[in-house]
Amino acid sequence: MDREAIKKDLLAIIDPYIDEKELTTEISESSDLINDLMINSAHLVDIVLDIEEKFDIMIEDDFIGKMDTVGDALDIISEKIAG
Amino acid sequence: MGVVAPNALNVDEFRKALQEGKSGIKRYENLGEINFKCQLGGKPPVTQEYKDEHLPHFVAQKVKNNAVIYACLSGLEAWNDAGLEIKPGGYDRKTGMLVGSGALGLDSFIEHKIYPIDQGNHRKLGSRSVPESMSSGAGAYLNSILGLRGRIFSNSSACITGSEAVLQGFEMIQSGKMERMLCASSEGDGRYIWGGFDAMRVLCSDSNEAPEKGSRPMSATSSGFIPSGGSGALVLETLEAAQARGAKIYAEILGGEVNSGGQTDGGSMTAQNPQAVVDCITTALERSGVAPEEIDLIAGHLTSTKGDPYEVINWSTALNLPKDDFPYINTPKSMIGHCVAGAGSIELVASALQLAEGFIHPNLNVEEIHPEIEKLVPLEKIPSKLIKKDIKTVIKANFGFGDLNCVLVLRKMNN
Repeated sequence: MDREAIKKDLLAIIDPYIDEKELTTEISESSDLINDLMINSAHLVDIVLDIEEKFDIMIEDDFIGKMDTVGDALDIISEKIAG
Repeated sequence: MGVVAPNALNVDEFRKALQEGKSGIKRYENLGEINFKCQLGGKPPVTQEYKDEHLPHFVAQKVKNNAVIYACLSGLEAWNDAGLEIKPGGYDRKTGMLVGSGALGLDSFIEHKIYPIDQGNHRKLGSRSVPESMSSGAGAYLNSILGLRGRIFSNSSACITGSEAVLQGFEMIQSGKMERMLCASSEGDGRYIWGGFDAMRVLCSDSNEAPEKGSRPMSATSSGFIPSGGSGALVLETLEAAQARGAKIYAEILGGEVNSGGQTDGGSMTAQNPQAVVDCITTALERSGVAPEEIDLIAGHLTSTKGDPYEVINWSTALNLPKDDFPYINTPKSMIGHCVAGAGSIELVASALQLAEGFIHPNLNVEEIHPEIEKLVPLEKIPSKLIKKDIKTVIKANFGFGDLNCVLVLRKMNN
């Protein structure tokens, strides 16, 4: 699965958690989930669960702390898929 | 006002359904597969498309608890219908919200929450299981949309929850602490809520083949209630505030009373102390400055159980009118079943609609009135067909487990 395909799925996953829809037009790999996309920090665990289900992977709690940006999330997913 | 009921998804549909006598009761085959005696129920027909259209994206996509969804839908409809704006943080601290619930955490959504815990996967609960199962959850999600800053709280008092929510909102406005309150209640649906009632053998078990005949309030053949889900919501405010905004006013709340029989003198967890019911009705009338002769319509609790004749006896004792002067009496429960904690608010929406628009809705399945009721009430006062008639005063009651009673008196508003 290439990075662009993963990104497409990831953006679909985080979309419901973004209140301000105008922000969704400006998402890049450097977008910070909490500070740029204004996602409620409580919802990061939900995003992780949705990612686990979508990609059939397991993301340990240690990784959640490292998942600050869209790019970080893509790195983690790619790494987990590669096993 | 706003409403989500088994036979209607908004106030316009509900008015039409009430007038036509439309049933929202269906048979659910899955209940038979798990050995329910009563396989009937009333679930509001809310689809994913409907949620996407009427709720913010996050709530529509991610919140799964039906009680929360119904409350958000009815609450938003009420807010819009009252001519108020959705502007989070934009109303002052005299605007608040009271959303009651019954078994909020037992909605069918909970199957996805319980199993992971027992399988050692509680981390899969995510962030929403707490707000979706806490008793204040319905109001918490509704206020995540409205952003009100006054008193935000929830009540839970079994089957009187909805009418008590409205009475508490009314009292809070009367005391001057609040100027405007969104009052609502909600009940989800499904086997986890209904199973306990089926185990108590208080549900209708003789009509699985004829769902729409199952709920028969006041009938000689009533065999138990039909469980259902839904939510009603009413915006209450001072007359001055409503008139200053030019708001649509459905009805005036004159007063009410809530009490308990203390589970004594005939009262118990599941039965009402008759003296306390009579006291609740007479006190509500006194507080409202209304004489029994002025009542045009009794909007009863009347669940379609063996309790119905006792309820009517209590009404008769409290009002103490000659049989010929007994008011009209009805309940939407023959169409929508018993929405438990949602019942009071949904039924108050029905009461206010009948006052505002001059009609008395029919009762379904009243071909054979219970003989004890027939002794006290002339048959023509238990309508089986729509009556178009200007009515001025409605008395609304709900009675609940724990020997709880709540009565409200509403009057037509002459705009």
